[in-house]
Amino acid sequence: MEYELPEELRLLKETLRRYVNEVMIPIERETCEGVKLKSEYKKKFDEDSKRLGLWLLDVPEEFGGQGMGVLATCIVTEEMARSIALPTRGGYFTGPNVRSILYELDDEMKEQYLYPVIRGEKKACFGQTEPDAGSDPGSMRTTAVRDGDDYVINGVKRFITGAGEADFIQLMAATDRSKGSRGGISCFIIDMNTPGVRLGAQYETMMGDRPWEIIFENVRVPAKRLVGKEGEGFKLGQRWLGAGRLRHGSRALGVAERCIEMMVSYAKQRVTFGKPLADRQAIQWMIADSYIELHAARLMVYHAAAKADSGEDYRMEAYIAKYYSDEMAFRVADRCLQVHGGIGLTKDLPIEHMWRQQRSTRITEGASEVMKMVIARGILRQYD
Amino acid sequence: MKVLVAIKRVIDANVKARVRQDGSGVETTNVKMAMNPFCEIAVEEAVRLKEAGKATETVVVSAGAQQTQETIRTALAIGADRGIHVPHDGALEPLAVAKMLKAVAEREQPGLVLLGKQAIDDDCNQTGQMLAALLGWPQATFASKIEIDGDSATVTREVDGGLEKIAVKMPCVITVDLRLNEPRYASLPNIMKAKKKPIDQIALADLGVDPAPRLKVLKVAEPPARGGGIKVETAAELVDKLKNAAGVI
Repeated sequence: MEYELPEELRLLKETLRRYVNEVMIPIERETCEGVKLKSEYKKKFDEDSKRLGLWLLDVPEEFGGQGMGVLATCIVTEEMARSIALPTRGGYFTGPNVRSILYELDDEMKEQYLYPVIRGEKKACFGQTEPDAGSDPGSMRTTAVRDGDDYVINGVKRFITGAGEADFIQLMAATDRSKGSRGGISCFIIDMNTPGVRLGAQYETMMGDRPWEIIFENVRVPAKRLVGKEGEGFKLGQRWLGAGRLRHGSRALGVAERCIEMMVSYAKQRVTFGKPLADRQAIQWMIADSYIELHAARLMVYHAAAKADSGEDYRMEAYIAKYYSDEMAFRVADRCLQVHGGIGLTKDLPIEHMWRQQRSTRITEGASEVMKMVIARGILRQYD
Repeated sequence: MKVLVAIKRVIDANVKARVRQDGSGVETTNVKMAMNPFCEIAVEEAVRLKEAGKATETVVVSAGAQQTQETIRTALAIGADRGIHVPHDGALEPLAVAKMLKAVAEREQPGLVLLGKQAIDDDCNQTGQMLAALLGWPQATFASKIEIDGDSATVTREVDGGLEKIAVKMPCVITVDLRLNEPRYASLPNIMKAKKKPIDQIALADLGVDPAPRLKVLKVAEPPARGGGIKVETAAELVDKLKNAAGVI
């Protein structure tokens, strides 16, 4: 059994560790305006990414990317997450966020949507969540009704990240509400300037980003805007969410790694009542627990990613990795904050930012409880 | 012109070195290792010489345990063309390394041998000088700038009190200092290419080198811990302390 990363990924990891330490961490508190990367830093990081040969890392070769595997992508995400220089959402170092649904489009639609996204000319958002359908998309109320050569769409989507700047939306809508997520949901590509599409409320979140509500009122689109077949939408969406879960997992690894580095370094420096914090058992246990949990999470994420790369079904491992890593990194960030005391609460250090972001990951893209529900379902099927 | 670069695998510069409990040396078990930073600068310089059309091939050589191949692979990812690994478990003294490099240089016939000025583990600062003497080649140490023109090199050296510029005839041995260049980040495509570059193995015995140590390490100890300072009230007291307590004046 092989527990080491392949040599080339170890080298890549070392290179990125150095890059993040030397280039990103020294400027990490000044790169963003709110949750958006300032344009001068976006330009710099894009150039650096190209120079490091990481641009379009996970985009398949047939679409002009490098076609690197899930494990390689996880390594990049992990190392980049050690710094808060890049925004948590939408600030990918390796280029535009190309969602895999777009690879399923026919050639004409690829020209219209996939390639412009890869070139950075168009932006997409993903619309699944609704006021009464979050982790249970089967109960969504947004409907798409076939009418001749068109579909007519009505409903409301909520918490849609990036809707304000998106050119189009990958929309999940019910084509047969009686079937729910088992064949009742379809995926559509809809331009945001289509008549009847309207941005509603924008929410302020603790993470700093401001997702939107989108309202669809008698939106009429040609039937060719349907991706794949009717009823396949949930399946297509899940494929993307699977990769997203490992992105969560690997992000958490980087955050926890940095928090442990900071925690240890501060515990050695800070003297209270005549002794460094590092000599206190209460602090030592926090450090030990964090290290143990990070180690476990890393094995889970790498294992799931390696399984994905070998073409096996890795859904169960991805649920486990997402659940455990996101929970783990929040605990580690919390301990790191606690060890730092008052200074940890300030914006001079990246801890409060990591803590807030990490708190949100226990909810976004599959809440921890839903992960456990799905994991339990798998276990119940597995044993008599 | 072929450039031969000698590299060494050492404890990572960012890791705090710890002395083994029995005082026999520095703990390397479960410690992160990396290429000696000065060696990395030498590799970068060789690659730049090739990119500038001054060198035709860059070859890296290193002696050490099996994991040394990983360090050689790092050099190949920076851009070196091929590697030579001379397997050896345990430490090698500068003289043995210099003899090994001499034998490799005789096989490879490089126009230039580049080395780091010293390794950050034992800080010997001897190998390059010994190699030049063994080969009977000119040497330029502590280089902060290298200009190659035909069969001679002009090297700017960092010496006490400033910079010294010397011209050496090629083939020659140059050891590099910190400010010569800033090594690049190995890019992913270059890392992937490095996987396919050859690393030949040559036994130390085939190079006619006897690795037996000539030096005996008696004891390795941590530097003494710094004691706390004191505050003095007057200049007279300060002079007294410097004279009688610290014994420095």
